[in-house]
Amino acid sequence: METFFQQIINGLSLGSIYALLALGYTMVYGIIKLINFAHGDIYMLGAFWGYYVINVWHFNFISALLSAMLVGAASGVIIEYFAYRPLRRSPRITALITAIGVSFLLENGMSYLFSSNTRDFPQIIKQVNYHIGGVLISNIQILILVTACVLMVLLQLIIKKTKMGRAMRAVSVDPDAAELVGININWTISFTFALGSALAGAAGVLIGLYYNSIDPLMGMTPGIKAFVAAVLGGIGSVPGASVGGFIIGILETFVQSIGLSAYKDAVVYFVLIVILLILPAGIFGKNTKEKV
Amino acid sequence: MKANVKYNLVWLIMMVAGFYLMNTLILVGVIDSFIENMLVTIGINIILATGLNLIIGFAGQFSLGHAGFMAIGAYATAIVTQTASTPGGFYASIFIGIVISIIAALIVGVPTLRLRGDYLAIATMGASEIIRILINNMKITGGAAGMFNIPQFADWPTVYIMVCVTTIIIVNFIHSRAGRAVKSVREDEIAAEAMGINVTKWKLAAFVLGASTAAVAGSLHASYLQTIAPNDFGIMESISILIIVVLGGVGSITGTFVAAVVLGVLDTVLQNFGALRMVIYAAALILIMIFKPSGLLGTWELSIKKIFSRSKRKERVES
Repeated sequence: METFFQQIINGLSLGSIYALLALGYTMVYGIIKLINFAHGDIYMLGAFWGYYVINVWHFNFISALLSAMLVGAASGVIIEYFAYRPLRRSPRITALITAIGVSFLLENGMSYLFSSNTRDFPQIIKQVNYHIGGVLISNIQILILVTACVLMVLLQLIIKKTKMGRAMRAVSVDPDAAELVGININWTISFTFALGSALAGAAGVLIGLYYNSIDPLMGMTPGIKAFVAAVLGGIGSVPGASVGGFIIGILETFVQSIGLSAYKDAVVYFVLIVILLILPAGIFGKNTKEKV
Repeated sequence: MKANVKYNLVWLIMMVAGFYLMNTLILVGVIDSFIENMLVTIGINIILATGLNLIIGFAGQFSLGHAGFMAIGAYATAIVTQTASTPGGFYASIFIGIVISIIAALIVGVPTLRLRGDYLAIATMGASEIIRILINNMKITGGAAGMFNIPQFADWPTVYIMVCVTTIIIVNFIHSRAGRAVKSVREDEIAAEAMGINVTKWKLAAFVLGASTAAVAGSLHASYLQTIAPNDFGIMESISILIIVVLGGVGSITGTFVAAVVLGVLDTVLQNFGALRMVIYAAALILIMIFKPSGLLGTWELSIKKIFSRSKRKERVES
């Protein structure tokens, strides 16, 4: 039973990082129907920014996190402006290839500029382990969970309560109709990218703290898994992405704990395929009926 | 049938001429082993990308799992030719690879082809990753280290012939009744179904045919390079095949050929740039997509028939 709770704790902290990433995927997909392959690399940029400011400028955790979110948001908006905006009216597969191109560019550009070595992320917060009823939980895990939850609640508030959030929802339902009622589509899409990418930047700093190591290719696998999480939760749905992220995180740690760590990715993909077959729109997704 | 003999003959002559031209150039020494290596890579990429173009461009099913089927072919060849190290064994291994990948494509395709668009892409990507992870953890495949010293039976002529054979099969499939059924599914599934076309069957047919050509390419890849590892067949490989298809133009086999050659040459030229190579490659990809979103050739096809009929029309006008 104790190991069970232990795995739940580990799964939740890993899952909250997937959830933060999945939120970015789900928002971008919801609004322009694009799988933003470069999203995982914005997370990598966030981690590198955190590494840099903590080592060179001696930022503390909060300011590193906030500045990484700003950098993430800025890079997301720049990528959208230069790479995706010219392709908004072209076939979706073209935009997808461009996204892959941007992802290549970020990964290889970072490898070229800063070498592809793995680096140790500075430990600005001293790890303290608490034993609660036989379950080991570290302050970093608590920090990750709390930060992720705070950010998710904030995001939900922005989407549900603010004017910009209403505009985002309107554009994701019908861009043309949204434009007719006076919503600035370009602004709204930029804002969506900024929000999603800020979360990815935050996730980058958090994963640096959790795993202690970062490298330019670190974004690829978590990026794809976060996308799986977004699909699992129902793409376009914000609560769905969070739930999907937690499910993937817990699933992964459980598979690892029963000694099948070599198959952990395979299990994730298998669950994804099964879910898609049973609930084609994901757990929280809306089923759309096709009209002839 | 008879009407097409002339065009088919022209194609055949072109293929044979191309074969002898290349062989002479290799004999004379214009094409050294470095360029030959590039040509073989291009050939293998053409086989992979035409198969994927059939699935994406003609059947309209967005598959991101091509590398998984390639892996099946590669490992079939690697395992079989290690025990039966003869040309016969090599061809048998290609056949075995095709059969296994057809079975795998059926297992993957029957449930997932119900999905649409991006969901299908993610599901097929997941399926191909599952194949890769299984290979990674099996004893017979040598685990994560892969397999070494695979006997080399695939040389440039074999690859050339295989490119011709797979292309002929795929092009004929596209121009047959089956191809028209597949294309109607791409245009509108509901309308196709209303016309009495079994949508699932034709989607699956295109998917399976694409997968089996991928297995052939995998066999050639394994036998030519002589070493393979599971990580060669990851998501990146699927994506790089997809890039060839999209760059050439989705739905244009000629475009796939052009794109495979362009990317192959670009890759070789950029090798001098070392680490900067992938940066330039990525930037080129983004720029091409922004300024030429439909790919290099769009849906244009090189057709001997059209060239002939055009010149005939001209004659008529002149006389």
